[in-house]
Amino acid sequence: MNLHEYQAKDVFRSYGIPVPSGKVVATPEEAVEAARALGGNVWVVKAQVHAGGRGKAGGVKLAHEIDTVRNAAERMLGKRLVTQQTGPEGLPVSHVYIESGSDISRELYVSLTLNRERGRIAFIASSAGGMDIEEVAHRTPQKILTATVHPAAGLSAYQARDLAFGLGLSGAQIAQFQSLAAALYQLYLEKDLSLVEINPLIVTRAGMLVALDAKVNVDDNALFRHPELAQLRDASQEDPMERRAAEHDLNYVSLDGNIACMVNGAGLAMATMDLIKLHGGQPANFLDVGGGATSERVTAAFELILSNSRVRAVLVNIFGGIVRCDLIADGVINAVQKVGVKVPVVVRLEGTNADKAREMLASSGLKITPAADLTDAARKVVALAAKGKA
Amino acid sequence: MSILINRNTRVICQGFTGKQGTFHSEAALAYGTKLVGGVTPGRGGQQHLGLPVFDTVNDAVRETGATASMIYVPAAGAADSILEAADAGLELVVCITEGVPVSDMVRVKAVLTTAATRLVGPNCPGVITPGECKIGIMPGFIHKKGSVGIVSRSGTLTYEAVFQTTNIGLGQSTCVGIGGDPVRGMNFVDVLELFERDPGTEGVILVGEIGGSDEEAAARYIRRFVSKPVVAYVAGVTAPAGKRMGHAGAIVAGGQGTAADKYAAFEAAGVRTVKSPAELGSAMNELLRRRGGRARKVTEPTGTRAPRTAKSTKGRGIQRSRAEPAKSAAKRSSRSRPSAGGRSAHQVRRRTRGKRR
Repeated sequence: MNLHEYQAKDVFRSYGIPVPSGKVVATPEEAVEAARALGGNVWVVKAQVHAGGRGKAGGVKLAHEIDTVRNAAERMLGKRLVTQQTGPEGLPVSHVYIESGSDISRELYVSLTLNRERGRIAFIASSAGGMDIEEVAHRTPQKILTATVHPAAGLSAYQARDLAFGLGLSGAQIAQFQSLAAALYQLYLEKDLSLVEINPLIVTRAGMLVALDAKVNVDDNALFRHPELAQLRDASQEDPMERRAAEHDLNYVSLDGNIACMVNGAGLAMATMDLIKLHGGQPANFLDVGGGATSERVTAAFELILSNSRVRAVLVNIFGGIVRCDLIADGVINAVQKVGVKVPVVVRLEGTNADKAREMLASSGLKITPAADLTDAARKVVALAAKGKA
Repeated sequence: MSILINRNTRVICQGFTGKQGTFHSEAALAYGTKLVGGVTPGRGGQQHLGLPVFDTVNDAVRETGATASMIYVPAAGAADSILEAADAGLELVVCITEGVPVSDMVRVKAVLTTAATRLVGPNCPGVITPGECKIGIMPGFIHKKGSVGIVSRSGTLTYEAVFQTTNIGLGQSTCVGIGGDPVRGMNFVDVLELFERDPGTEGVILVGEIGGSDEEAAARYIRRFVSKPVVAYVAGVTAPAGKRMGHAGAIVAGGQGTAADKYAAFEAAGVRTVKSPAELGSAMNELLRRRGGRARKVTEPTGTRAPRTAKSTKGRGIQRSRAEPAKSAAKRSSRSRPSAGGRSAHQVRRRTRGKRR
């Protein structure tokens, strides 16, 4: 789960990580009020969306006048912001964050995330802040500094010092960086994060370290023990289909194609998408109905994938382990009867009670195309989708 | 022969009296697994499914002599259960539980580096040695005792590989589902090492997916240390970047962990790759037959066996008719696909590879 910048900065404040003063607002009037209350003569208006690349997309505006604050807020609020990370539809902006302007002497980068190879948390820092860090890692890998943290020892002072010197910090900044690093590590652990990133971490002209941006991702598996974070979820930032799927405990990801898939198991669901592509088609979605699929869940899944108007054919691919194929067949029959499917449906069932399921589908009187195996299923559904398009 | 578990493995179940634990313990018993008891704190001294229940893993191990455990404890307590099992000195712990917080697994992993315990999972289908011992949620009936080792990050894709190798008549030595989480116990490399040593395993099917770099590590390992034929498939060629595809670990992040990179790594290591999961079984069969027909010894016709010609691959018939020296086919270049033509050049390459070995 992602947090908005303003939410992440609130969390930062509670851990003593220095951030500029700021206020989140929902209207241009509130924006003006917030700017006046913050004082000073430079403000930054920042669109609150769950995506990076806001600066280039016009989602971050520097303002030297109160009127500029108002105008910027007006232009952003209620609109959709399209950045290189959002896709062409963009994300809705319902809040902007008004922040006091900072005088920047240097821009650095720091983050904490899991190093999967080591199975440990890694602290990553770079003197090339304010840029796309993947780009930096690719072009100038020597500018990326890393410290891997042993869970028993925690982030050691020497590791923070190493990074601080590596970033070219000096004097009082070393101690500042150490306490910032310690706070970030503590935050990462206590809140069960999967990523905390500050890009840029600035050095002000006065030589102080300040987190100008804040990105926080929470480990979904651990949300059950962080109700305070779970309630920060902003569903408007999520794909509406994916949101609906989550309500039914379904794993769903929207794609661009026209062949809808319903599969049990994440690996098989990915493989089914790949197979469709391999045989010349385009998958419309990833959908894993999970191990404990019931007839109701299958019906819900069917309704979901059919609500995508691009869909020209459906492929159901089930390998029954715990999931019994006859239950799936029952769900498919219910769904087809209830929703009134107008596109061809190809079904491949294998595993537990597959024979019974095949019989049920055959005797249902519904127009369902059975498939003998994986390849047969992919070929048939691709052919049917192509016919449907013409 | 097999790896990790066999007919003599004494198994306990943690989360024994829960819904999942009960359901899958019954299935394990029906399969013939030597389940000797279970653990549910607070219910020690009771009987469940005709077996003793213990309060602690230590008690269970002392009383039953168990060496392996299967964990069906809910996510919040799964890491604790793994640590308890390791502390009790179990050799193998299989954690089926899905949704374990990553930070819990980071701690567990650090502890396990100093323990003798092998962990499989979490978020995995488990381990099965067909006809002997089933620890997990896989459907037992699709398996058949045989010669192929299977290791996979995905549950249902494992079943596909199992189903195909069963139908073709090869069967499986042991199948290990290592799970779909980013931090887990055994990895491809750990399982490959065991398969390489196991005389009952003649070839290995490896099923990977997007995310992380474990497939790349496996490819490097195979190149250096694995003499047996390996067939690899990677799911997620069409997965969009930055999206988690069901499994917590199945995500392309920052341009890392793409299926294309993983395929490239396998191909560079001389591993036979297939782009369709439907070809896992036939590709394995082909490699084993090229090794001098050793596959045949374990592929006596059975009632369930599908005719070989049913899963046709272009050009295979011709190749099969030409016997090759057993050693020459130990490893094949990825480019020497049956349908690719130019056979003689590839055969030369194979021979040189065989000699280097």
